[in-house]
Amino acid sequence: MIVLNGVTKSYLTGSQSLQVLKGVDLQVSAGELVAIMGSSGSGKSTLLNILGLLDAYDGGNYELDGRDMSGLSERRAAELRREMLGFVFQSFNLIPFKSAAENVALPLYYKKVARKEREHRSRQLLERVGLLEWAHHLPSQLSGGQKQRVAIARALAATPRVILADEPTGSLDSVTSSEVIDLLKELNSEGTTMVVVTHESDIAAECGRTIRLRDGLVESHGHV
Amino acid sequence: MRWWERDPWLELAQVFLRNPFRTFLSSLGVGWGLFMILITVGASNGLEEGVKADMGNRVKNSAFIWGKSTSMAYKGYPRKRKIELTSSDVEYLVENATTLQAVAPRNQLGGWRGENNVTHDLKSAACGVFGDVPVYKDIDPVIVTEGRYINQRDLDDRRKVAVIGTRVRQSLFSRDEEVLGSHIQIQGVNFTVVGVFKSQQTGEDAEESENSIFTPYTTFNRAFHMGDKVGWLSLLIKEDVRGDTAVAEVLRLLKAQKSVHPEDPRGFGEWSMAEIHEEMSTVFRAFRWVSFVFGGLALFAGVIGIMNIMLITVKERTRELGVRRALGATPANIVVQIMMETLTLTILAGLIGGIFGVFALDTLDSFLVSAEDNGIFRHPHITLDVLLNALMTMTILGALAGVLPALRALRIQPVDALRT
Repeated sequence: MIVLNGVTKSYLTGSQSLQVLKGVDLQVSAGELVAIMGSSGSGKSTLLNILGLLDAYDGGNYELDGRDMSGLSERRAAELRREMLGFVFQSFNLIPFKSAAENVALPLYYKKVARKEREHRSRQLLERVGLLEWAHHLPSQLSGGQKQRVAIARALAATPRVILADEPTGSLDSVTSSEVIDLLKELNSEGTTMVVVTHESDIAAECGRTIRLRDGLVESHGHV
Repeated sequence: MRWWERDPWLELAQVFLRNPFRTFLSSLGVGWGLFMILITVGASNGLEEGVKADMGNRVKNSAFIWGKSTSMAYKGYPRKRKIELTSSDVEYLVENATTLQAVAPRNQLGGWRGENNVTHDLKSAACGVFGDVPVYKDIDPVIVTEGRYINQRDLDDRRKVAVIGTRVRQSLFSRDEEVLGSHIQIQGVNFTVVGVFKSQQTGEDAEESENSIFTPYTTFNRAFHMGDKVGWLSLLIKEDVRGDTAVAEVLRLLKAQKSVHPEDPRGFGEWSMAEIHEEMSTVFRAFRWVSFVFGGLALFAGVIGIMNIMLITVKERTRELGVRRALGATPANIVVQIMMETLTLTILAGLIGGIFGVFALDTLDSFLVSAEDNGIFRHPHITLDVLLNALMTMTILGALAGVLPALRALRIQPVDALRT
């Protein structure tokens, strides 16, 4: 599903160029649940952004579902994100003035799905994450765990091939953390490929495989 | 994004209502701008209408010409020769002038602050007495309230008939006396009253007009020994001809006919309602433009306010816009969203200002009407084209105001937005 070959990325900080990724090789097969671990500054967030087509890479190759991802226009990247990818963020990133149901339906809106169908699908997904009763609540009226479950439902809305989660439990206590991880595992078992960036080893332990990053390089690929 | 869909509008409402007071304050400027345009243009229209009404509802395309002394010798005639118009000049103009609809010769006896010259039984009055032709009523219309106006058979038969103004009637007749068919003496000559008229003008002009008596031109000249003399010519200019063009043609023809030097500035006197009307219209057109420009500047300031708030909004919503991009919104989606928000805010504010403007003008108008104020300010109003122009200007300005915030929003990269 995901194949990276020698992917490099550097940022300009002032006059200095900082190389964050120094040639990352990795593969994620369809249906896998992979954790990416590394200390802060290891480049794991940058890697996730590149995987999510949110950021461009400088060198190397990235193939998503067999397609080359180099030199995408912003429009094409947006289309691919819409069709292929779902995102779960550490800070949830729900739109504050939209209800849970509206947040979940948003990717479908950009996918030009009809209103009725969007509403139906959004309710279905909220039910799936156990929050149907909260459909009309604003994010500010939800707890952290609930927010993240809404965010997961939103990531699922457009039936993506891959879900990319950036520290999905980073803002949650241990009880809700395990709830969220259980939910992600459940979705994975239903066939969605999942890449989870984390620095917590007990979260990584729940995943099928752990890829360790260190100083912009893959240190270990874990057991396939 | 299609405008008839419900969602973009729901979303706009959500965005605006998130901070209703700020939204209201920011859009106040545009509403105020449109309000100002409508009020100032409406007021200048009211002033124009008032001033023109004060000039009397005279026919706009009329002019008057009379003979004076020449100031230049020409073709053997000395200077200071007194020019007198005659009926043959009228015929000549009717045949040769291309800019005129009608030519009416006119003569007058008595008039403003004259001696008593008209009697009926034991009553007498000082009136303006005129010798007229039927076409004069197209040049200076009056409302005939009883009987009829002068007609061609009166002229052909030199009938001794008279059409009197309502004030003449008041002076000479008692209230319930039958007027039509009665006799009056004008400088001792008997005339039969065949009609009564009142003026279309107001104020002193009307009083003077209604203190007049119209008699057939031919009868008048014979009765009062005028011979062939014409006091002055009243001209009705064709609708599509400018007043000064027509007057110039008539003067050229008359100067040739009367052997007056073509360059002589004297020789004839002229007074043109048409020219005055054109000058006034020019002044008021300029007035309206100035109003529109100043209102437009107010509108511009208002639109800057909206642009400013949109820039702030975009900044505040960096994260939200980034999330949208991550969820698959294309750059075009974002541009359309910001443009739509800016335009909607502008148009909504403008419409509210416009409604208030129209309402204010209407209130002022009905106040003036109920106060029966017939001063030089009356019936303030705006025309549909002014309203449409104002709305169009506003929409264009609103669209321009959206460009900068939209570009700013476009520069937001999802990664920047999501960096925590």
